[in-house]
Amino acid sequence: MNNPQLTRDGKLKHLLSIEGLPKAILNQILDTAESFAGVSEREVKKVPLLRGKTVCNIFFENSTRTRTTFEIAAKRLSADVVSLNVGTSSQAKGETILDTVDNLIAMHADMFVVRHSQSGAAHFIARHVPPHIHVINAGDGRHSHPTQGLLDVFTIRRYKPDMHNLRVAIVGDLLHSRVARSEIHSLSTLGVPEIRIIAPKTLLPQEVERFGVHVYHDMRAGLKDVDVVMMLRLQNERMSGALLPSAQEYFKCYGLTQDKLALAKPDAIVLHPGPMNRGVEIDSAVADGSQSVILPQVTNGIAVRMAVMSILAGNPDQ
Amino acid sequence: MKIHIKNGLLIDPKNGIDRQADLYIAAGKVAGVGAVPEGFIANHAIDASSLVVCPGLVDLSARLREPGFEYKATLESELQAAVAGGVTSLACPPDTDPVLDEPGLVQMLKHRAKLLNLAHVYPLGALTRQLEGKQLTEMRELHEAGCVGFSHADAPLTDTRVLLRTMQYAATFGFTVWLRPEDAFLAQGGVAHDGEVASRLGLPGIPSSAETIALSTILRLAAETGVKLHICRLSTHAGVEMVRKARQSGLTVTCDIAANHLHLTEHDIGFFDANCYLKPPLRTQRDLEALREGLKDGSIDAVCSDHTPVDDDAKLQPFAEAEAGATGLELLLPLTLKWASETRTQLSAAIASITLKPAAVLGIDAGHLSPGSNADICIFSAEEYWKVGAKSLVSQGRNSPFTGLELAGKVRYTLLHGQVVYQAAEIK
Amino acid sequence: MQLPDAEQLLVTLAERIRPLLRENTALVGIYSGGAWLAERLQAMLGSDIPLGTLDISFYRDDFSRIGLHSQVKPSSINFDVEGAHVLLVDDVLYTGRTIRGALNELFDYGRPASVTLAVLVDRGGREMPVEAQIVGARLDIKLGESLELARDASGKFHFILHEAA
Repeated sequence: MNNPQLTRDGKLKHLLSIEGLPKAILNQILDTAESFAGVSEREVKKVPLLRGKTVCNIFFENSTRTRTTFEIAAKRLSADVVSLNVGTSSQAKGETILDTVDNLIAMHADMFVVRHSQSGAAHFIARHVPPHIHVINAGDGRHSHPTQGLLDVFTIRRYKPDMHNLRVAIVGDLLHSRVARSEIHSLSTLGVPEIRIIAPKTLLPQEVERFGVHVYHDMRAGLKDVDVVMMLRLQNERMSGALLPSAQEYFKCYGLTQDKLALAKPDAIVLHPGPMNRGVEIDSAVADGSQSVILPQVTNGIAVRMAVMSILAGNPDQ
Repeated sequence: MKIHIKNGLLIDPKNGIDRQADLYIAAGKVAGVGAVPEGFIANHAIDASSLVVCPGLVDLSARLREPGFEYKATLESELQAAVAGGVTSLACPPDTDPVLDEPGLVQMLKHRAKLLNLAHVYPLGALTRQLEGKQLTEMRELHEAGCVGFSHADAPLTDTRVLLRTMQYAATFGFTVWLRPEDAFLAQGGVAHDGEVASRLGLPGIPSSAETIALSTILRLAAETGVKLHICRLSTHAGVEMVRKARQSGLTVTCDIAANHLHLTEHDIGFFDANCYLKPPLRTQRDLEALREGLKDGSIDAVCSDHTPVDDDAKLQPFAEAEAGATGLELLLPLTLKWASETRTQLSAAIASITLKPAAVLGIDAGHLSPGSNADICIFSAEEYWKVGAKSLVSQGRNSPFTGLELAGKVRYTLLHGQVVYQAAEIK
Repeated sequence: MQLPDAEQLLVTLAERIRPLLRENTALVGIYSGGAWLAERLQAMLGSDIPLGTLDISFYRDDFSRIGLHSQVKPSSINFDVEGAHVLLVDDVLYTGRTIRGALNELFDYGRPASVTLAVLVDRGGREMPVEAQIVGARLDIKLGESLELARDASGKFHFILHEAA
């Protein structure tokens, strides 16, 4: 099957999922993001790379923070930005996804950033856009959130450059998490030898070992000697869907506290994709503590998204 | 009209015929096989050289979309598709709109089908009113109106007491109960097999246990009530084994599988191909192999098309929001032939699984070419390849996992009551 | 062809620049050759002269054709461009497109009082209306060949001529 993300000669055409991306492209994105991190630190944060191009954020599922970082990233590249919160507009009136997309194409958009509550939505849209348009998946159902996975490994790489010697633990609701799936694929593509998943059985998908991970139900055992702890957000709905009894019990078993973190390596770092549920999956002391790299994650998110957009815009149409 | 079908490879599993033989038709019936019947002078001859001549196909499940879903397809378009696929008898599930739970609706459907004179339609009546799983339907009246069996289509029948009662009531009159085993709670929200692929793609899954647990309940209750049972659309290896064992222990149970499930697994979903969104879902390689084996060793009685035409827009959605189902009437023959050649199964046995055996399940006198029987005939080329797509399909449903692929097995003529109701366009 | 001695040219360049130095002159080198040169010039002309570097990768005009190079060193301008007399330094002046990009980037930082271009070698072949006010040497390089400034381990410069591929 042709990889829908790549052109015939292996260049990035869409960013839909980390799965299926060659390691070289992953590294290209991360290295380019390093350059953009530098740009964000100087006075003049803008570069003209996407001048004259229009980036459309099509968010069928609401998200202020992700949409905002994509907007900032596009503006720093001098692109024109249009943001469509479809929940409040035409989709609610019964317009199909393709009609919405076609209208935006008719208005000369060059790049779509898409978020949707259904897995496969970004692939679906990418299949139907004309060749000159690039699609970036900003999150599709449970499937993939590639820019989040990228900014997480970018952050890890900055603190722990030797990826081939890391133990990483991902804690939480893997079953419903597109972030976790993207994180796992990013880490394994970059050669991280040990990826641990810490979760109760109700929050694990079938045949999870096929992802190449080690499963732990006991958080203390799972955190022992890890270099990186990646926390996942727990949605409130999980408590009412017969998956978990209560937030309190979840926090007791799977919440990250100082004493549990102490089981990891002393220089271990803590990541969280945000927004955090303090007291549910993570303790405030840890979130605000010295080992937390949660705020740098946010800053890095802009650089990574700038890198993705400029790489896509710079690849010739196929 | 007297027709002489000559030079074809005649395959009639019931009568053990699998050789070059001519077929003679008169007054809508089979007049003779092999030798010319006395005094027979043909008005019309069909040259079936290098073609196979077999009984018209019998399809245990084809949704004709009427009444109620005419925007998806119509009786006429789908019966045209049936004969284009060599199907002369088909059973349709009761999940129309309104549901087939009133004798008047059944009569009307049968009447309209008869007027079209394309294929015989055998409606399955609803087991419960409105398929809500609560109240029994007037099975006796529905049977009189023309229902050959009673089904619950894809609607959940979760109240086990109601399930028991429907079986008891059907058994009272000797009616067959058709059920697709799926536990509604375990299947809830699922769109793909709960396994490796669904986990990777982030699709809600339907575990195999949804089928086996429901099947276990159904088999137990069937054993207790003595009802004649037909299991629809098996999809798991465990399910096949359960049916096999139930039969060995003396239960009157038959079962079918959908043609797509003879060839595809969860991996065919690929990058969220909504054409592979089917009910039941496509499962693992191990399940696929068990289904193929099961059909070969007779544990599975018949293959059906499970024809479910959906309009194009319904598939142009992200996977879980698309409508499940695939067009199938015109693929029943080629997919069965493909299975036969891949498993080195005799052509005659393969044909039996789409003619004689499904006819037995339906309890109709069809699927064979005995002298005196209805001249419902399918004449096809086993070698001719054709490309599956909007251009070649007659059905209003263009969506199939096989869209864009080439399959061998092209129907050239279909006869109903000795009349040619379908003839393929001239080939180049 | 006989390539000139880069170290000698640098000395020549420094002597030609010296009379132009004023109160708010700043040296800005274009990465990488120009940046090396600007660094040496600062050492030769006065370490109190502000020094900046520009990586023009984000300002190239062939971005949509050849894409983005992933190894981009961040530009570094630590002085106030507003009102400064900028001495822009590059190693080889050819089509003029690099200088066009550098000017664009420079102006993103502020409005200089003036910009003077100093190059070690002018090889002709201009495609933009750009000229260097200070030139070390003019060389005639064939189409398809490229002239590169190289720096050895001890920091000494020399030229390399790359033949046509």
